[in-house]
Amino acid sequence: MSLNGLTLAVPRGALIGATLDLLDRLGVGTGEVRANDRKLLFEDAGLVTMRPSDVPTYVEAGAADIGITGKDVLAEQSERAVYELLDLRFGPCVMVVATAAGDDRLAEALRRLGVMRVATKYPRIAARHFERTGRQAEIVEVNGSVELAPLTGLAEGIVDLTATGTTLRENGLVVREEILASTARLIANPVAHKLKAAEIDELVARMREAIARG
Amino acid sequence: MSTIHPTPSGTRDVLPDEMREMHAIAEAVRGVFGARGYGEVHTPALEYEQVLTRGDPAAADPAYKLFDEQGNVLVLRSDMTIPIARVVSTRYASAEPPLRFCYVAHAYRSVRPQRGQDREMLQAGIELVGVPGPPGTAEALTVLCEALDAAGLTGYRVGLGDASLYAALLDAHGVPAGGRAAILHELQTRDFVGLEREVEALGLESDATDALLGVPQLRGGAEVLDAAGPAADGLRGVYAALPEAVARRVIFDLGLARSLAYYTGAVYEVYDAALGAPLGGGGRYDDLLGRFGRDLPAAGWALNVERLHIAIVGERRGEKL
Repeated sequence: MSLNGLTLAVPRGALIGATLDLLDRLGVGTGEVRANDRKLLFEDAGLVTMRPSDVPTYVEAGAADIGITGKDVLAEQSERAVYELLDLRFGPCVMVVATAAGDDRLAEALRRLGVMRVATKYPRIAARHFERTGRQAEIVEVNGSVELAPLTGLAEGIVDLTATGTTLRENGLVVREEILASTARLIANPVAHKLKAAEIDELVARMREAIARG
Repeated sequence: MSTIHPTPSGTRDVLPDEMREMHAIAEAVRGVFGARGYGEVHTPALEYEQVLTRGDPAAADPAYKLFDEQGNVLVLRSDMTIPIARVVSTRYASAEPPLRFCYVAHAYRSVRPQRGQDREMLQAGIELVGVPGPPGTAEALTVLCEALDAAGLTGYRVGLGDASLYAALLDAHGVPAGGRAAILHELQTRDFVGLEREVEALGLESDATDALLGVPQLRGGAEVLDAAGPAADGLRGVYAALPEAVARRVIFDLGLARSLAYYTGAVYEVYDAALGAPLGGGGRYDDLLGRFGRDLPAAGWALNVERLHIAIVGERRGEKL
């Protein structure tokens, strides 16, 4: 019961390695999760695994008491009624505006056409960013390989998440603006946050300590 | 093959089986209201926009607007508190307080796409006008617990906080008015990581930083009030005025922030392990009636009858969160 009887939504994908490492340090048995990447529900350990972008959905509905996901996901789904409790520090990445190297095609489109087309998997973050900076942008929502959009003429630029910049570079794209720095966050369902306050606070304290120890 | 004629997303038809159960809940709650001296009122679902926004521009949040024959803007009410504030000031302009009103009525909100949210919700609630501070809040909470008991919910808890507590804490630690909006925004959006960033940016003494970060995260029994110092005096008064049956349902939540701006003091929400979202809530709004010309302290609450029904069914099934 090292999760104090709580159910934790674990993000599969880029964050899963560091998430399981953190859980190991808290004494949660993660062997079964590591050994089995098809299984989704690990009742004994109190873990459910899912896509990072689904974590706020499960936590808001109370299907999981707490969850781990990226700040990028939380910013994109900012209307979710969940508590953001702790910056877990791992999974650092930056949400950027990028275009093909050379002349800034976005700036050119805005100057000559009055509007620019931006491809992204994060339509709400992108729309908010261009609205806040007073530019007209047509947001083109795509589901993967966003880098392709400016290379094929679908859009002049992209808004996407980058950790090392390698994928952008390999596709001949350069970062023009930074929108948001992201790391993994611990979130909680608002009802569980009250009814299981002691259990959640104790777990947060242990996580905080484990992160500080590094 | 039958033809499907849809209703708008977020609305639904209620058929006899469900209607019977919802009706039983509403009747049980009405029984408590009557026994406690609350008189049921009906107000129009459509109101003039300029009247609702007088109460609170944000709270009115009129999602559905239309024009009448003369070009006036009409809106569907988004809660019952502001309409009742209007009733008190116009129909009870000289009545001797306290005044006690209750309702079982529909309210209308906008929904976000594809979230399964309701546009139309059935609310059961009360407004207690003219009884200030601790005694008024204690009465509202007592009627709340009696209503939930009568409806047949067993495992519920009431989260109790104070809308003025964090402002008092900021005052006590000398935080200038200019730096407050960002901090309050983080609290409102339940982002304690952001709160930490904003509070640390103020560069205060460590004990002030600890208080501003620690106090809003406190939830629990009466012992958590000690950590908040004089800022929690209002809640201490309420707690002292609560009967035992209500006090044992209370979880103090010093970071509780309800989304409506008209709350001035105690605020509360109802939780049940059978549902991942609050069943309802309310608070004190001592300034609201003054905006309609009758300056009286007031408190109230509303329960979402549909969510209450789901929670009761969930509890009976033995479902856990």
